[in-house]
Parts: sequence; structure tokens; C-alpha cells
Amino acid sequence: MPPVKTRLPAVEGWFTLDDEAPALLGSKCTSCGNFAFPKETYFCRNPHCQGREFAETELSRTGRVWSYTNAGYQPPEPYVAADPYVPFAIAAVELAAEQMVVMGQVVAGVDVGDLHVGDEVELVLDTLYEDDDHEYVVWKWRPVAGGGAHGQTTGGKVGTGA
Amino acid sequence: MPDDKRVAVLGAGMHPWGKWGRNFVEYGLAAAGDALAEAGLPWTDIQYVAGADTIRNGYPGFIAGATFAQALGWTGARVSSAYAACASGAQAISNARAQILAGLCDVALVVGADTTPKGFFKPVGGERRDDPDWLRFHLIGATNPTYFALYARRRMELFGATEADFAAIKVKNARAGLENVNARYRKEVTAEEVLASPMVADPLRLLEICATSDGGAALVLCSMEYAKRHAGTDDLVTIDAVSTVTPTFPQTVLDMPGITTDSAATTDAIGPGFKQSVALAAYEEAGIGPEDVSLAEVYDLSSALELDWYEDIMLCKEGEAERLLRDGDTTIGGRVPVNPSGGLSCFGEAIPAQAIAQVCELVWQLRGRAGARQVEGARVGITANQGLFGHGSSVVVSR
Repeated sequence: MPPVKTRLPAVEGWFTLDDEAPALLGSKCTSCGNFAFPKETYFCRNPHCQGREFAETELSRTGRVWSYTNAGYQPPEPYVAADPYVPFAIAAVELAAEQMVVMGQVVAGVDVGDLHVGDEVELVLDTLYEDDDHEYVVWKWRPVAGGGAHGQTTGGKVGTGA
Repeated sequence: MPDDKRVAVLGAGMHPWGKWGRNFVEYGLAAAGDALAEAGLPWTDIQYVAGADTIRNGYPGFIAGATFAQALGWTGARVSSAYAACASGAQAISNARAQILAGLCDVALVVGADTTPKGFFKPVGGERRDDPDWLRFHLIGATNPTYFALYARRRMELFGATEADFAAIKVKNARAGLENVNARYRKEVTAEEVLASPMVADPLRLLEICATSDGGAALVLCSMEYAKRHAGTDDLVTIDAVSTVTPTFPQTVLDMPGITTDSAATTDAIGPGFKQSVALAAYEEAGIGPEDVSLAEVYDLSSALELDWYEDIMLCKEGEAERLLRDGDTTIGGRVPVNPSGGLSCFGEAIPAQAIAQVCELVWQLRGRAGARQVEGARVGITANQGLFGHGSSVVVSR
């Protein structure tokens, strides 16, 4: 039996390590309520806000596909690729409550042919890469069963929101 | 346009794009030499050198203005060095123009050159967990083509763009660049060849994604008074606007190297998107509108991205770019040719030189010296460009 590897986040403090219902950890400005991911620490990026304090907040765990693609060729370092390289899909996902788009890999086994703009997807944790002793995990998007009802994303080609 | 709001272009020069593997300074000097020769000025008359930086060639690249000035021979000329990702060349033009318009100098040299590594652009070395450019590669494997592909797929879903449209852009630009001696790729391609090339980032294929190239470009700029005196004529090619505006909050388009957009939850995203705002500022500064434009050089980092630019520089409304392409409006001989130089499709990208090269092409077109790719009757041209970290540029050139 192979030894159990220690599970570590590929980046510290960006998401919860809850296997059942993981969430990205963003920030909410205590002055204007602006969401940000990764978390703001110094200045609110709303230019009309003087806010300097931020509450950590879990972002919506589901969203709708804004657009998608795949990585047909192995990305260069510092991406740590499996050997042999296995192509993967990437989705940019619009979170309704936060009205922001978050990019992430799509779980293995889902290719671009399985995706559509507007599809509902949920956040999961999955292996990004491994070494001898550790498994490094990251957030990925996974289509929601029955969620391919082609919901609507907002805006035109230039983005979300009004 | 009043003379105190514009600068004259006395000379333009380029070192051919390619994968030459030599020191970037060499390309910059060749381009500068050609621009000075075209201007009919000795180097020693130049009062200000604006360099566009390269970040992949060590210290000389970070202080490019001084690097080129030293290589040409120290004369005491003042220098500046600008880095603004893909818009670096336009920032250098902007620096030189500002000095001239402020009356701080009469004549300036703008130079940008690059030597590039093979393959995908990747972050510069080292483990940098607080650098978004490092993180997007490490956490997602998101390369530059990832972003181009997200925009392309969105166009397909929203506006009915097809893979055939994307291929048609490549075919158009390859044909335009055939006779351009400065272009790296001078070979006609068919739509079938494009669509048979390997998929890099679905829906974009290898022949639809711009390569990374070596190259150099330069301009000699001066005040209108200096130009009239030196050239002995009022018939001058002038730069009437240089837009380098940044996005406004909330920036709701996923933009390299970001993993997320801004949130529009508390502040509505109103007005045009970032790329369109770059062009709008240029039109406003030049006092013209898209209806005045004879030709455009836009940043076709991917074939599909050229379609976005048609709308962002307002040659048509959103969703109409495919029709413009299919009607032949943007082909040489059409209503408003786009990328008659062959674009990045034929050049590949030499980052700090590229925005300068766009202006070189407009200058030669407006002078009627573009040879087989000449746009007849060209009077006004516009460039458009976008790079990482909220950089973009648009330059209006007229005769």
C-alpha cells in the first residue's frame, strides 16, 4: 500500500480545505462591500471608497460558465505538469452574488465539448500536482449534474454586470 | 488640429522581424539608423531618446533608452525608458511626444527592440507567490492563448462567430503581409491549412496565435515648427493622439494576467469596455471619429481578437464584426483595411517594438510608400493594442 501523502493547498489561504463543500476565500470591504479575490489587504480597489478593512468571506460555490477553453499544449513552468502531459479544460465562471468572474481548471474527464456558456458549475478541490510526500490541491470547476440547462450570463463580450 | 497639439513624424525604421537570436540592441540600432536616414538627420541632432523596455534581456533591457543612446554614442541627450507590457512602445512614443509638446525638446528618437525566447511566454524566473503573473501559470496553467481563447469562445457563443471566420482573418493577414519585407512570415495560407493546424487553446489553432519574435522599430518625432523648417513643407505625417488610458473600476473583463475580474456587485459597470475606452480616448484627443479612419493596425494576438478590435475601434457595432470581415470591408481594397502590414499574424510579437511598428506602418501607408500592400488614398490611420496589467494604447496618425 502506498504511503498516504500529506494534503496541502497549492496556495495558502485562498480556499477552505472542506472536502464536501470547499469555497474560495475572498474579501469584503467593510466600508463599501466590494468583493475581491484574492483577498484585499491594504486598499479597497473601488476608487470611490477609502476602505482599509476587509472581512474574509467565502465566495459563492457555484456559478455559470462565462467562457471556456482548454490547454492543448503543456503550459510552461511554473505550471507543474503530469508526465505524460494530460490536456485539461479551463473555465471562466461568473459568480452571481459577487458579480465577478473566476477562472479555474475544469476537473479531469470534462472537455470543451461538454461545456457551454451559461452552464452551471460548482467548486471542488482537486489535485494540482504531487511530489513524493505531498499532494497539492487547488480549486477546480465541475459541471453540476443536470445543470447544463444553458442559463444566462450577463453582459456582452466585455463582461459581467450592467 | 493646432500645431501645439500634434507632433510630426520625420522618419520611421524597422529591423525585420524573425527569430534571429542576436542581441536586441542590434535590432534597435538598425531601426534607429533607418528612421534617422529617412528623417535626414544625424544622430547627434537628437535631443531626447525614448526607449521601450524589454524584460527578457537583463539590465540593458530595463533601461532601454540609455542602452540605445550609449550604443549610438553618448551625446548628452536626455533619455527615458518605459515598460508597459505590449503597450511599451506607445508609452515611449507618449514620453517623446509629451517632451516635444511641452517645449522641452524639439526632436526625439523613439526605439523599441526585443529578443524573445522560444515557445509560450512564461513569467520571468524565480518563485514569486505574490505575483499574479506567476500564480496564473502555477495554479491554473493559464497561458496568454488561454485568455485569447476565452474571448474567442465568448464571441462564438454571443455573436455566432465561426472557426471559418477566425481562419479567414489569418488568410487575409497572411496575404497582406506577403510583400512586407519586415514581416517574419511571408507565406500565403489557405483556410484549410489554418483549420488543419493543431488546436492550442480551443477554439484557437496554432496558425491563429501570434508567435514571439525578435525585431526592432524606431521613429523620429519632432515639433511642427521643427518639421516645417527641416522638411521645407507643410505636407507632414503627424501623430494627433496617443491614448494610454487604464481601465475603470469595475474592470469586468478577465484580463491578463488576472485570475478574476473586479466585482460589479456594489458598483455597476457602465460605459464602454476597456479596449473600446482606449480607442475612444484617442478619437477624442484627435478630434475625429471612426468614420474618418482610412485604415487600422490592431493587435491580432489571435485571429479572433481582430474581430473584437473592429468593434472596439468602432468600425462597426458590437456583434457586427463578422459581417464586416465577410463583406471584405477590412481587406486591402475594402472600405477600411485592417492590418495591411500583415499584423501580428505575419510578424509575431516583439513586445517593446510592436506598438512602434504599428505606427511605422501607418506612416508609410499615409506617405503612399507601402508598395504592394498600399491602401489607396489613406489619410488617417489608427492603431490599437492591449497588454497585461491594464495596459493598452491607441495612436492616431494623419496626413
